[in-house]
Amino acid sequence: MLDSLIQGILLGGYYAVLAAGLSLMFGVVRFINLAHGDMAVLGALGSLWLVQSAGVGVPLAIVFTLLGMAALGWLMQRFIFERALAGGFLIPILTTIGLGAALQNGMFAAFGSDTKSLGAHIGNLSWASWELPGGIFVGQLPVYMFATAVLVLGALHLLLTRTAFGRAVRATSTDAEAASLCGVDPRKVHRWAAAIAVALAGLAGIFLAMRAQVTPFSGPMMLIFAFEAVVIGGIGSLRGTLIGGIVLGVVQALGALISPQISILAGHLVFLAVLGWRLMQVAAAERGGWRAALSAALNKPDLSRRQA
Amino acid sequence: MTAALTLTDLVGRHGQLQAVKGISLTIAKNEVLAVIGANGAGKTTLMRMIAGLHPVAEGGILLHGAPVTRMPAHARVNAGIALSPEGRRLFGDMTVAENLMIAAENGRKGDWTLATVCDAFPQLTPLLGRLAGGLSGGQRQAVAIGRALIANPSVILLDEVSLGLSPAAVEGLYDSLAGLKGQVTLIVVEQDLTRAMGFASRLICIAEGELELDGTPDTLTRQQITDAYFGIHKAEEPQHA
Repeated sequence: MLDSLIQGILLGGYYAVLAAGLSLMFGVVRFINLAHGDMAVLGALGSLWLVQSAGVGVPLAIVFTLLGMAALGWLMQRFIFERALAGGFLIPILTTIGLGAALQNGMFAAFGSDTKSLGAHIGNLSWASWELPGGIFVGQLPVYMFATAVLVLGALHLLLTRTAFGRAVRATSTDAEAASLCGVDPRKVHRWAAAIAVALAGLAGIFLAMRAQVTPFSGPMMLIFAFEAVVIGGIGSLRGTLIGGIVLGVVQALGALISPQISILAGHLVFLAVLGWRLMQVAAAERGGWRAALSAALNKPDLSRRQA
Repeated sequence: MTAALTLTDLVGRHGQLQAVKGISLTIAKNEVLAVIGANGAGKTTLMRMIAGLHPVAEGGILLHGAPVTRMPAHARVNAGIALSPEGRRLFGDMTVAENLMIAAENGRKGDWTLATVCDAFPQLTPLLGRLAGGLSGGQRQAVAIGRALIANPSVILLDEVSLGLSPAAVEGLYDSLAGLKGQVTLIVVEQDLTRAMGFASRLICIAEGELELDGTPDTLTRQQITDAYFGIHKAEEPQHA
């Protein structure tokens, strides 16, 4: 039980990094990137290619991948997302679904469908562990990944709250037109936000490649996990995203305790429960609190009055 | 001496509707211009066109003789135009200090800093650490004007300065604004005619997207302004007489 809890929390760091990019894109650029998971896979397979085919060391491959993914995010915002956003709410969804499909099949063509992992290239780190008092073993890799996730999200939080760039990002996400009246170029802010978001997806992809196997078609599942962490934690707060990721990780770990087959399902169910609770809160707020909403739902006074 | 702002046959549209129908205007450096007109007359559209938020369909805008007609809003801030928009449009989840810092960091550098803006608008000093979303109407307007000022513009546009504010708040704001006269070109959209005539050195009236009246508060009569406000033309008067 305690073992699962710890493993779940450590897994949560990975989900939080995956979700943070999606949340940043939605919160700042108002753009739902349905290819986010596929971009994470691109980061994973890109770093794998650097290590396996180009012979680059793992640390350097991570740096190259993150820089490459940031550049990709900037360029996609500049040349694709900006135009898609100008076309209303449906165009971005269609664009990123298409982009995701193209990425999946493009990666299939480029890298083949074999499952791959970085695990073989990081020495004994993939299985090394520490023993905690009480006979619990924690893997060193999950601990390092969790620490990295907390550091990255913490640094991002400081960037957004303490720097001039961060203030410009927050102003743009609140009211892009008012930000432009302060001399901020909203398009430039959006491009840099997209660069950070896609770099975060790349980092999550590298995490995945280290801890598990990747195929070119792993993206949609990652997108679902990212969405679940964002919804559980609430949009627009990095602390919420971290909590959302941890909740998802813990629930999956505890679910696996019952049966390995319901691990993922348990995550989905908690996501649905949180979503339902949030929707009920909105509905209750519109009807003057949940007591009023409940009595309205039970008695249907509005309907009877209308019929009378 | 080149004018601060020159508008030539400016046309602005909202879809099929022509909100601004060919307005030409020359505003001298450091002039204090009050713009009055009924709701829907095109005042806000005109302000938004000068600031770069609303596309110019026809005509042109010169700032100190240089064309800015196709320049995006953020570039116009750095060219020297700042708009305090209708509805204030503060960043509600950020503090007053952060609201001001954004404009200071991305606008032009100059004499206006957080310290000097707080000197000019003393009511801001105790608010700096508060979230802008929780302020009263008068406080929000003071922050919005401060945010325009701190970008060190040469032309300041203030849309609907006193709309929705208490008389005391309006009095305080105009006392502070009076200190800006002679330092910047001020264009103020004001619904209160007495206030506009007392504050400005020149007054224009816009009705249905056209310039109806242009003069100084000394030479214009209230009757002239009221007629212009409601779009009553002199030519029609003999028929009523």
